[in-house]
Amino acid sequence: MGLIARHLEAAGLPTLCMSAAYSITRSVNPPRSVFLDFPLGQTCGRPDDPQERREIMQTALEQMSSLGPGEIFRLPFPFADSDEWKNTVMRPVQNSDGTRQMNDFRTPRLDSPQFQYDADRGAADPKCPSCVFISKD
Amino acid sequence: MNQRQDPIDYIERTRSQYDALGYEPYTWVKHSATPPWTALSKPLNEMNIALIASGGIYAHGQIAFHHKDDLSYRIIDTEIETAKLRTSHFAYDMTPARENINVVFPIDTLKSLARQGIIRSLAKRAYTFMGGIYSARKVRDLLAPHLLNALQDDEVDLALLVPA
Repeated sequence: MGLIARHLEAAGLPTLCMSAAYSITRSVNPPRSVFLDFPLGQTCGRPDDPQERREIMQTALEQMSSLGPGEIFRLPFPFADSDEWKNTVMRPVQNSDGTRQMNDFRTPRLDSPQFQYDADRGAADPKCPSCVFISKD
Repeated sequence: MNQRQDPIDYIERTRSQYDALGYEPYTWVKHSATPPWTALSKPLNEMNIALIASGGIYAHGQIAFHHKDDLSYRIIDTEIETAKLRTSHFAYDMTPARENINVVFPIDTLKSLARQGIIRSLAKRAYTFMGGIYSARKVRDLLAPHLLNALQDDEVDLALLVPA
């Protein structure tokens, strides 16, 4: 995302990047970023709390004007009372029988469309004017 | 224990995960110089904001993303019913996003801020793709210029970029 933000900003369009991965954002160095210390996949808050999502977004947007080039604002919304959830992200978990396993959400890298629901497959317009495929040449 | 920890270092954790799997380490993009910069042109409550998200969001009726370095993008009409939005991504836990798409595609959140007068509007078109594209060069040389071209017709004051 940071790469795209840099491209847009270089062309004269201001950007704001949301982030839940501080080290990656720091490394790619987008123009303006806000960091939410939540698990990946919940970059804008949690599914069951619309009020908190509004507060997160409003705070992010309001802090934007105070950011200088490359700055990352840390949003003051903790994910949980404890940060213990961070201990098992991309790390092996010890099972009760002593074996270890990884919580790995990655799917096989299939090159056919992966629909959320089977019904979406039949409903998909094969010409789909709002699906833009970029030639790799 | 109520102790706070530093943010997760995903670069380090990816490296150890790849190492454990016997993969070559991934080379992350690293920019240390001052990034490109455009000053904000107006106050927040006058901004028409474009939403760009990389969580693999598509709409019912569109073609889903494939999971092998898909470089395509979807144009989402932001008047869409939220219930028609889906996610398809190879890498992250989509359970929260499938419960409520706003966690990675804050369409209702931004509309609500527009109704409250905090922003002027959410732009008519949002753009989505599937992040985790292995080649930074392809993102920079192919995807980013396409998105810029698309946005240039949309009269937006800010692009809000939301990864998953």
